[in-house]
This record gives sequence, C-alpha cells and structure tokens, in this order.
Amino acid sequence: MKTGMLKISPGFEEIMPPEYRELVDNGPYGKDYGIGDLGSYKELLEEHPLCAGCGLALSLRLTLASLPMPEDTVIVGSTGCSALAFPQVALHNIHSLFGNQNAVASGLKRALKLRFPEKEKDVVVIAGDGATADIGLDMVMQSWLRREKITTIMLDNEAYANTGGQESGMSMQGAVLNMAPTGKKFPKLSLPEIAHTCGCAYVAAASPAKPKQLAKVVRRAILVAREIGPTYVQLYSPCPTNYKFNPKETVSLIKQREKDGLYQSKEYISQEAQAFLESIEVKK
Amino acid sequence: MCSEKQKNRDTVAELLHGLRNKAFITGSEAVAEAVKRANVDMAIAYPITPQSESMHLVGELFAKGYIRDYYRAENEFAVMAAVHGAALGGGRVFTATSGPGTLRAMEMFPVWAGARQPIVCAFMCRGVSLPPSIQPENIEMGMLLDTGMLMLHAENGQDFFDMILQAYLIAEQPDVHLPVGVFADGFFVTHTREEMLLPPEDCCLPPYDPGFAPVPVFDMETPPMRITRDPLLNKSNFISGSANASWHQEVLAAAERARKHIAHFMGGLLEVENPGAKIFIAASGTAVSQSREALRMMQAEGMDAGLIKIKSIRPFPASELSKALEAADLVVVPEFNAGGWLAREIRASIDRNHRVIGAPRVFGGMTMPPWLIVEEVKKALGAGQNRGGC
Repeated sequence: MKTGMLKISPGFEEIMPPEYRELVDNGPYGKDYGIGDLGSYKELLEEHPLCAGCGLALSLRLTLASLPMPEDTVIVGSTGCSALAFPQVALHNIHSLFGNQNAVASGLKRALKLRFPEKEKDVVVIAGDGATADIGLDMVMQSWLRREKITTIMLDNEAYANTGGQESGMSMQGAVLNMAPTGKKFPKLSLPEIAHTCGCAYVAAASPAKPKQLAKVVRRAILVAREIGPTYVQLYSPCPTNYKFNPKETVSLIKQREKDGLYQSKEYISQEAQAFLESIEVKK
Repeated sequence: MCSEKQKNRDTVAELLHGLRNKAFITGSEAVAEAVKRANVDMAIAYPITPQSESMHLVGELFAKGYIRDYYRAENEFAVMAAVHGAALGGGRVFTATSGPGTLRAMEMFPVWAGARQPIVCAFMCRGVSLPPSIQPENIEMGMLLDTGMLMLHAENGQDFFDMILQAYLIAEQPDVHLPVGVFADGFFVTHTREEMLLPPEDCCLPPYDPGFAPVPVFDMETPPMRITRDPLLNKSNFISGSANASWHQEVLAAAERARKHIAHFMGGLLEVENPGAKIFIAASGTAVSQSREALRMMQAEGMDAGLIKIKSIRPFPASELSKALEAADLVVVPEFNAGGWLAREIRASIDRNHRVIGAPRVFGGMTMPPWLIVEEVKKALGAGQNRGGC
C-alpha cells in the first residue's frame, strides 16, 4: 500500500463514513501494532455480526491484530461463519467459493509476486474447519505440496456452524451433531501433523485462551511463509451456538479441554524456519 | 519476451490486420501460437484429452520465457479457482479444458463473470456422459450458456488462433471486463493440421493493465472497503436482494456492451453467405465447415441455399439472425451434440420459428458427412410441400 493512499481528499472528510475516518486517523496500517495495543487504535474488524461468545470471532480479532504488515496483506476466505465477518474487515479479502480458498490464494500470491517483485505482499487464508479439512482439503494439501508461499489459518469450531451445526472432520469422535445423529464415528483429523508431513515450514495449534501465544504463532507463520514456504496455524475456536454452552464460557471451555488433555497447543518448525526465526527474533 | 520489442508499435492493429506468414500446424499448436502473442502473465494447466497437447505447448512457452508463471494444478476446479485468484491479483491469465473438466470446474465460471474478471479459457469440446466418450461433441457449450461468460465458437484452427487473441481484446475492455470462453470442437480442430496465417512472433498484445478494471484489484493498493460479494449474499432483506440483482444485471449488461467490441475486433457476431437465399443452414464450430460442403452440393443441384456461421454464442446474435432470416423459408441447424442447444437458441430468436429444423445431430464421436445435412434439407422441403408449401 502506498503511503498516504488512505488519505481523504480535502473537502470529503465529512462525507466519508466515521469508521473509515477512524481507520485513516488511527488505523493499524504501517504501524507495528500487536495485540498489546488493542483498545488504543481502530481495529480492522468493524462490528462483526457473529454470535455472542463466538470463539471464531475472538480468534479472528486476535489474528487480525497480529498481522505483521496489514497494509500489504490480502486475505482469502471461504464460505462459513467467518465469511459473515469478512465484509467488515478493512483489508482486501476474497470470498470465492466453499473450499477453493487455497487454490485462489495460490494464483493470487503468484500474480502479486509477478506484479510486485520487489515488495512483500502477504497472502493469508483464513477459513473454517469444514472449508479447510473437508471440502477444501484437496486444495489445502496441494498448495502445501507445491510449497506455495501462503499462510493457511483454520478457525476450528469443530462443526459446520453457518449451515446449522453439522459434524465436520474436525469434530471430536462421538460428538452428536446434525448429520451425525448417533455421534461422530471417527476421530478428529490431525491436520497439524498432516501439514507437517506435507512440507509446511511452520505449523502451530493455538487458541484465543492464550492470546499472546496466538499472536506469536500467527506472526511467525506469516513471516516464515513470506521467506520460506507454506505455513499452517490451527486455532481452536469453540462455538457456543451449536455446541450449546453458555457464551461467556468460551475461554474457560478451551482451558478445561486443555486440562483434560483433549486440546493441546503445538508447534512444528522446520530447520530452515527455525534458523530464520532465530535471526529475526534475536535481532528484535 | 513480448514487451521489449513492442515499444511505439500498434501491435493490436498489426496482430489483427498486419502481414501474416503461412504455417501448417494443428489447432493445439495454434492455441500455443496465440498464447505466445498474448503477453500472458500466468497459465495453469490440468491434463485432459483432447486439451492436453495445447497446455503442454503453453508449458514450453513458459520454459522459453514467453509466460511468467505456469504450473500443473490438482484438478479443473482448482485450476479455475487459481486463475481466478491470479486475475483478482491483476494478472492476465490463460487456461484450457475439455468436456468432463469443464463440468468439474462448473462452479467457478459464474464466479469469474460475477467478479468481472477478464479470464480467457479455451474449451476443446468433447463428450461428457456414459458410455464414456473422449470424442468430439459440444454439449458442454449448452451447459455454459448462462454462466455469464462470453462464448466464441471456432470453426477451424485459424479461428481458434484469432479468437483467443480477440478474446483478450474484448474481455479486457473496461466496459466489458468479463471472462471469455473460446470453444473448438475437440480433435476435429485440435488434432487436425491445416494451413494457417500467423502474424510475426515478435508481435504481441500490449500488457494487461488492471488499473483500467471496473472492479478493484485485490492487491491492497487501493483503499480497502466492502468489495466482496458477502454483503449481497448474507442479509435476507430487500436492500441486499436489490443490490445482488443490480450487480447481476450489470454483468448481463456488460455482455451486451461486448457486442460492439465483437463487431470491431471480429467483424460481427455472425457471417452470412448468399444472403438472399430461401434455404439456410445455420451452424457454429466445425458444423460450419461441413455445412459449407453441403451448401456446395445443394447449389450444384440448383437449390437457392445460403449459410450462416454463428461466431459469438454469448452474446447471441438474435437480431442479426432475425434480420438475415426474414425472407427465408427454411433454416436447418446441424449440431455436434444430442441436446440441440443452437437450434433452441435460434428458435428463440426468430419469428415463424417452425422454419427451424434442428437436424442433423451427431454425437458420441459420429461424423457429420455433408450429405446428411443435404438430406435433412430435402426431407424438410418435402415435408413442407406435403403441408402445402408452408
């Protein structure tokens, strides 16, 4: 993004919507903000329509606040609850179809590389578990196998929430959901391990119950994708609406799951990525 | 490789009207010759018969530096999604597919049009159904009529070459900015060697400038705002319904605006031979070539017959057809598919449409000998006489 691109032409200040003016005056573009700065600047996500207590909304908000370079980040989303929030996100973001997000991102990243050879443009896929692990798994894995320099972030709410709470590949075995009326018959897919095997240079599982950890892995994933190759981040983001728990208990539920050994944070770093991260993190 | 030698040259005029050299090549090779001159940023391929050879040759163009990026993707849906991503990022893209690949990718085509992306895709048409067939057949065109993309139908390799270049010129007009499918009947065109006329190799289209697009490019070089389709999709109220409908109408209007550019770059949406005739054969694709032979046979017998070659299927030349067929008594429409989509289109475009005979139809790899067309004309004339000459 060119410096000053957002600036409002003289005389039009009053016409532009207030949320746009706030972004111009106090947005995160070109600043080195992190989640510690939340509350002190205009966030990229504006009045999203997701449910009260939505774990996905919390993960998305923290993810957007952790982008290392929002002014040059293009998001590719997919169909699902997150697609309801993306029109409210002040970044170029693409919603093409259900499941094709990593194929779209592959073409997009390569075209941006051709058009801006001297400039970094981060392409970040943010999609739900149905889009990533079920209908789009083919294209997700193929983008990793091709070593596309994109970051894939799964907002894992363990269900098809937007279509009314159906079982997904990421639901726990035994979960009773729509289309699994007698309980899910097979275990939750181990996508971090698959990502690792498929050649992702950096893989992490985190949750919004530990915001600092979430911010760190998102940032690392995007920086490694820029320099080395594909990266994957899985964010456990429980859904109070379809799993029918009290919306104020989202974070405590994640903590309980961790205590019970049913959720754990993970990090796989390739040697190359490790060396790269050490070089930049020491510098900082 | 294109850009260096092109400064201060009107390469569009040169490509369309300049001197050309003879080449004895196949339709697949003609595709690569067109792509070589189209200044393409990215091509993405997935193999399927009879498309594969053309995309091999496009890959060789990448290896030689004519294209800036190229890869083999995982399936046709992913190919069409990836070229969509590349187009949204501001690149000029090319891909191609055939029959079952077209159907596998189907969900993406209306997305291209809805996103107003000037993607050019070649379709080497073939059979799609049980029993399995890789043979020439263009039923897939009938399935794509309402995807919002513009559709051009090549008669031969020369058309295929010309129409791919013309497709970029039409697709990228700011008042159009829609995808264009360039269709050819598989094998008949792709695998047949014929003499063609090609412009010099150092003459290429000027590079695509996404700054002229009527929709924002997804590169964070314009202020981010609500530019995805979601506000139209997600709210069930009158405003969002109207917004969605008006966007859709604009896609259709853009296709209508393409007519003048098709006329300019291609000399019209159709061509008429022997305009004063009472009997017409109307066809598209290789059925036109077969019809030319049939026409010769009928004229040799003293019949007053003419031929209409329909080059643009979307937009469809309804008013041109209506005018050209005003005084005709009979219109025979031979097709390489079982559905008869072209005959349906023509019937919907002209009055007194009992004049339209949707025959012969061949499919599953059958050929269309010219006598078959002549026979249908005679049969229809005989039936007409029996009905008292109507």
